[in-house]
Amino acid sequence: MEIDISRPILDRNERLAAENRERFVENDVFVLDLMASPGAGKTSTILATIAALRERYRIAVIEGDIASSVDAEKISAHGIPAVQINTGGACHLESDMIQRAINALDLTELDLIIIENVGNLVCPTEFYLGEDAKVMILSVPEGHDKPYKYPNIFALAEAVILNKYDTMSVFDFNEDEFRGVVKSLNPGTPIFPISATKGLGVDEWAEWLAGRIEAAKAARAAG
Amino acid sequence: MHEMGIVQGILAASIEAAEKAGATRIKEIKITIGELTEIQEFALQFAFESLSPDTLAEGGRLTVSHLGAKSRCGQCGTEFEHGRFEIICPKCENFLCELIRGREMNIDAIDIDTPEDASEDATAHGDAADE
Repeated sequence: MEIDISRPILDRNERLAAENRERFVENDVFVLDLMASPGAGKTSTILATIAALRERYRIAVIEGDIASSVDAEKISAHGIPAVQINTGGACHLESDMIQRAINALDLTELDLIIIENVGNLVCPTEFYLGEDAKVMILSVPEGHDKPYKYPNIFALAEAVILNKYDTMSVFDFNEDEFRGVVKSLNPGTPIFPISATKGLGVDEWAEWLAGRIEAAKAARAAG
Repeated sequence: MHEMGIVQGILAASIEAAEKAGATRIKEIKITIGELTEIQEFALQFAFESLSPDTLAEGGRLTVSHLGAKSRCGQCGTEFEHGRFEIICPKCENFLCELIRGREMNIDAIDIDTPEDASEDATAHGDAADE
């Protein structure tokens, strides 16, 4: 006997993500899901973004890692609320983990939550967490050919940050080719070359993010 | 490696529906996967073989239908199929197109045995080979 099911496989994740989304909208909090390989500079980029935007927005960070709380400690040291999620082996964050993390935050006191996803270019792309935007970071040493190998993450990102741009002269990174292939995957997406640890290019990226935050606020205010 | 989590989702939904229908066994689970997802069928099958024993789906089959990617041109409205790269309208060469197919991950249906099937099989003297 055949029974019709016709529903998304990740139904539960989508449902909990929608609940997260509702809470973010209610509290007028913009949520950014930041994805990259291990070592691309996610935490450094978050710290640089905090430095650029902390006068304008109240920011918190959710740190996803397989284990340890080193990243959350780095963020907390700058006086920013940080919640560490340990996935205990899982290669990505799911919306129930985010739900537990936001229970530890006072959403009424926040304008922006940055989620640092687990270092991985594959799995995080399939899981909606309730965020406003997914953004990915590629670092120069990883090579300009990464979008050929991991097309999905480049196709889904609303913006691409090219970190460690100051190391360009030591690596054989073809920026024109990189821009070309990203454009073929995701035509409208902007690319922001930065050096997170040196603060180079961070202002352009932060302005783009501020623009997205203001647009989301305006859309919410308009109902 | 996230295929494990995907298969857990497939099994949870299938077993819930099968139990509701009073099934004794899940013979087949049919799913649809879009070509723009990061899902490998061999990894799905491996995860299914690992996770289905000791559930209603033990010994059952996971059948995967693949759906090719398709977009609609934002300028002229032409719908066209494409791969992962170079998503450009074949008619007007505009590249701002909206994806309308290719990111699906759905459970479509399950095929189950119910206690009635078992008694019918018994009356048919075990003529239970797959139809």
